[in-house]
Amino acid sequence: MADSILDVRDIHKSFGALKASDGITLDLKPGEIHALIGPNGAGKSTLIKQIAGGLNPDSGSVHFMGRDVSTMSVAARARLGLARTFQISALAMGYTVLENAVLGAVGETGSVFRFFKPAMKDADLLGRAYAALDRVGLRDQAGVITSELSHGQRRQLEVAVALTLAPKAFLMDEPMAGMGAEGSKELTTFLQDLKHEAPILLVEHDMDAVFALADRISVLVYGKIIATGSVADIRANADVRTAYLGEEDAA
Amino acid sequence: MIAERHLNAIILAILVVIPAYAVIADEPFTITLATKAVILALAGVGLNFALGQGGLVSFGHAAYFGIGGYAMGILASHAQSYTPLMEVPFVIEGTNSMPVIWLVAVISGGLLALLIGALSLRTQGVYFIMVTLAFGQMLYYFAISWPAYGGEDGLSIYVRNQFPGLNTLVPIQFFGLCFAILLIVLFIVNRLNKSPFGLALMGAHQNEERAKTVGIDVYKMRLVAFAISGAITALAGALFADLNRFVSPVMFDWHTSGQIMVFIILGGVARLFGPIVGASLYILLEHFLGGVSEYWQIYLGAILFFMVLFAKGGIIGRLSKKEQTHGG
Repeated sequence: MADSILDVRDIHKSFGALKASDGITLDLKPGEIHALIGPNGAGKSTLIKQIAGGLNPDSGSVHFMGRDVSTMSVAARARLGLARTFQISALAMGYTVLENAVLGAVGETGSVFRFFKPAMKDADLLGRAYAALDRVGLRDQAGVITSELSHGQRRQLEVAVALTLAPKAFLMDEPMAGMGAEGSKELTTFLQDLKHEAPILLVEHDMDAVFALADRISVLVYGKIIATGSVADIRANADVRTAYLGEEDAA
Repeated sequence: MIAERHLNAIILAILVVIPAYAVIADEPFTITLATKAVILALAGVGLNFALGQGGLVSFGHAAYFGIGGYAMGILASHAQSYTPLMEVPFVIEGTNSMPVIWLVAVISGGLLALLIGALSLRTQGVYFIMVTLAFGQMLYYFAISWPAYGGEDGLSIYVRNQFPGLNTLVPIQFFGLCFAILLIVLFIVNRLNKSPFGLALMGAHQNEERAKTVGIDVYKMRLVAFAISGAITALAGALFADLNRFVSPVMFDWHTSGQIMVFIILGGVARLFGPIVGASLYILLEHFLGGVSEYWQIYLGAILFFMVLFAKGGIIGRLSKKEQTHGG
């Protein structure tokens, strides 16, 4: 699996008696959307944290772009090109939309320790920021304070900030959460394009979106991946139906 | 409501007009008060960079104020007694040159903040406040129990230190010097705030997770900000000691830390001119209310109380609208 962008190998993580990650192995190949689904409490968030950094696995490893990043900090992984969007928007709420995008560009260009030239007059930083805002269609909102954005626009901005990193892979935690039908559809189309630029590991509850988008799906239940396969495979898988989809069918 | 930069211009104008008037009216004490306000404002500007911009609530900035004061006291006392600071392995003489003293104060304040920050920035919230407080008090007790430089009694310097081309003993000249330094530091801090560093620092204050996920090493960034903050406050400490021609462990005391923080809260947290308004108001209250009652700080407490309740952005926040620092 040398051509995987992201390679999670047999990670274990326990909190006391609770095995949040119980030997998880999964990978992300160039050009694909790999969806991670599973019922609440399956350990999705724990897994994401171990991939993004901030939580070290008890055993096993995470490889990104062929490097073992298991013990690297969040910031170090981000600098390698691992971009992340959050379930609950993590943005600088007092900043304008543009300032948030420039913040991403500052991280990407490693210009944090530049002390004198105004950031908002730096053509390179602004160029990167505007390019990212253009792609998600937020350029007209550039001067708006982020806290005044609608929920859907905040999600778009999350993606834009991730884009400023010129990422090698995306880690998206429920990007559709709280979006209207219209917004979900737009984002679905957008992600379909985006995956050719950098593959996406997508955690999502919206099953319509998952089935429409995913090239592969992994199902996580009680810290274990019980199945990985194409949309058709997962739909047909009996274990998955009882463990997860069954709940929805019954509802 | 007026634009913040217009308000700032008015504040600077007042700070120039009052001492200028005092020269004409021959009231040197007023000039001394204005000088004190300017110096304390500078200490506040230092803390404000860490606290306002960085969100690092340091309750131990007396440490840097004090080390700046002692940098002046130690160097000047050796110059005064014509004894070298040390002879082995090489000779270091004392000095009464302000620029040299300032340089020593800035470097030692920055290094001390680097050391204290490296340890305390591993904690957050209340723990950070307590750890910085503890470091400040450690230095306080160290200064009290170190007999070489006066211990509890402190150090008196008989003649104010010198600056090339000026007679620093003339109150208005010393005021001008302090005022010029304040202006230079304000200019630098303003540039810092607008720089990528400032953008990232304030971004991490608003959302630490966000800063990390775009690849910013938040710990390292905050450490640098803390060192800059400490260096500025140390410079103020050196000037304060020179104003009084006296330095004592009180400069290290936690009351001093609290006082510097009060300037910021009164004037406006994270506002460039907040500490200037705060320190000036403090000096005014101390002077006028202090004449009314020995317990004038009761009134200060009441003012602070209403400030926090009804004017969260401090006086500057009450009078002017918040401008976007980065002006997107």
